[in-house]
Amino acid sequence: MTALLVVENLTKRFGGLLAVDKLSFDIETHEILGLIGPNGAGKSTVFNLVNGVFAADEGRVVFDGHDVTGMPPYRIAHLGLARTHQIVQPLTAMTVLENCTVGACFGRENLSISRAREAAREAAELVDLADRLSVTAAQLTIAGKKRLELARALSARPTLLLLDEVLAGLNPTEVEHMIGVMRRIRERGVTILIIEHLMQAIMSLSDRIVVLNSGRKLAEGKPAEVANNPAVVEAYLGDPALAAELHGH
Amino acid sequence: MTVLQVPATAQRATLIGRPFFWIIALVIAVFAAAPTIGNDVELRESLLLAAVYITLASNLNIMLGYCGYINFGSIVFFGLGGYITVYLLNTRGWPLGGALLAAGFAVSALALLFGLGILRLRGAFFALSTIGINEAVQAFAENFEPWGGSAGIYLSTELFQPLGGPARALWIIYYLLVGVMGLSLYLSYAIKNSKFGLGLLAIGQNEDAAGVLGVPTPFYKAIAYSISAFLPAIAGGLYFFKSAFIQPSDAFDLTLSTEAIVIVMLGGQGSIAGPALGAYLYEELRGWLLTSETFANFQLVVAGTLLLAIVLFTPGGLMGWLYGRWPRLRKVLE
Repeated sequence: MTALLVVENLTKRFGGLLAVDKLSFDIETHEILGLIGPNGAGKSTVFNLVNGVFAADEGRVVFDGHDVTGMPPYRIAHLGLARTHQIVQPLTAMTVLENCTVGACFGRENLSISRAREAAREAAELVDLADRLSVTAAQLTIAGKKRLELARALSARPTLLLLDEVLAGLNPTEVEHMIGVMRRIRERGVTILIIEHLMQAIMSLSDRIVVLNSGRKLAEGKPAEVANNPAVVEAYLGDPALAAELHGH
Repeated sequence: MTVLQVPATAQRATLIGRPFFWIIALVIAVFAAAPTIGNDVELRESLLLAAVYITLASNLNIMLGYCGYINFGSIVFFGLGGYITVYLLNTRGWPLGGALLAAGFAVSALALLFGLGILRLRGAFFALSTIGINEAVQAFAENFEPWGGSAGIYLSTELFQPLGGPARALWIIYYLLVGVMGLSLYLSYAIKNSKFGLGLLAIGQNEDAAGVLGVPTPFYKAIAYSISAFLPAIAGGLYFFKSAFIQPSDAFDLTLSTEAIVIVMLGGQGSIAGPALGAYLYEELRGWLLTSETFANFQLVVAGTLLLAIVLFTPGGLMGWLYGRWPRLRKVLE
């Protein structure tokens, strides 16, 4: 196995705040890597650094053999990296099909508009939006918009998919559904980096987990190892005594 | 803002196989034929202005309607095209066709250069910088001696001779302008149905999201800005050749820029038929206002009020309103 994404010493400051601090991790091809951590740990900032929305202050990002540090997002997208946003970013006046067609047209395969429409339909089908193709994105429910984010990212036929809290705000049925969708995506050979607050979901989906706290890597390992790491429990609960007590049980 | 949608059935057909292609052809034919039948010079002059307005509005729509960038200084393309054409004809002795094409390409190239700079700005900052460019170019023209400075350039009437004398030349200029108008409509149509156009529409909706999806936003915006300069520059060349006179205050009159924005909003930004319809209606309204005793001096007041009313009551403009009433219209008027 080779690393599809290598993150080395990544650092980002916002004024005096050190949002990401010398962070390093790898993702192997076909792996699902979970990125967890308390609110404000810097998870979404890591996504924005990896896909070029923010410029890193230090460190580098290598994706599929290309050094993408400092590249604008659209060039990184062409290399086969797609993402969803925690706060949905639909192209509101455009239909579901058009939203996905944009993703397909300008994604990894640089498809023509008619081929892109086919890819868009396939992706919409995969996330069960096939019956809403001609609805404008503005008319979708929040769950629908989350699925659209995913469909649009998939339309690009990426090799690496960054999922930023696609389960947040969904009801239990929708969550279960979405987890099924993610498994299907993985079966297609897509490597996934996922941020998620729903522990059950991320523990069952991920092959490996990286825990962030205050921009630093706190722990890394298999879901079970990470869950039993006292430092991780402390970071979440904020109390070493409580963490110790929990582990005693 | 539902004007952007293209019906799924229409998306599959080729550009030529769709009704809208032939509607544009029909509009061009009517413009060409109406004044010719009966040799109606008055009608020709009115339609000539309409053709200029349609050209300006359609090209402005590529930036405003597709990309969501308000170009307040779009008139700089028209004025600069006029200056380059008039200068090449008068001082350099170029033939009309060569001068017009040179004006189109020169202004487009300049727009690409400016665009790469100012398109880093968004919203009000971009709008202000477009006014700045117009003012800067006007100041340049006022001080550039080969262009006659603030006095401008008068064309010698002899320049109409190669076209068969002034009377015939005016008809030829009119037909050429109708051609430029037609090309503007087909350009808007072709862009909107292309991958490039899809990228522009995505930029207009959410530029950051478009970039993340892989749309090369800086490059696309600059190309759109440059393309939207080409035909207005040629229209400016024809317009000022016809006037046989050009001066900075006419060529770079911001009023016309503002009117073009009103027209696009009135018709419905993002649609192709909208700006054309808006331009025609606005030209008719303007003609009526200018000749009416009560409103002669209030033409711009009316334009301002109209813009306010559109923004408040029908943000989708005329086409947005029509689509709302008759959704099937989308398949015919794009």
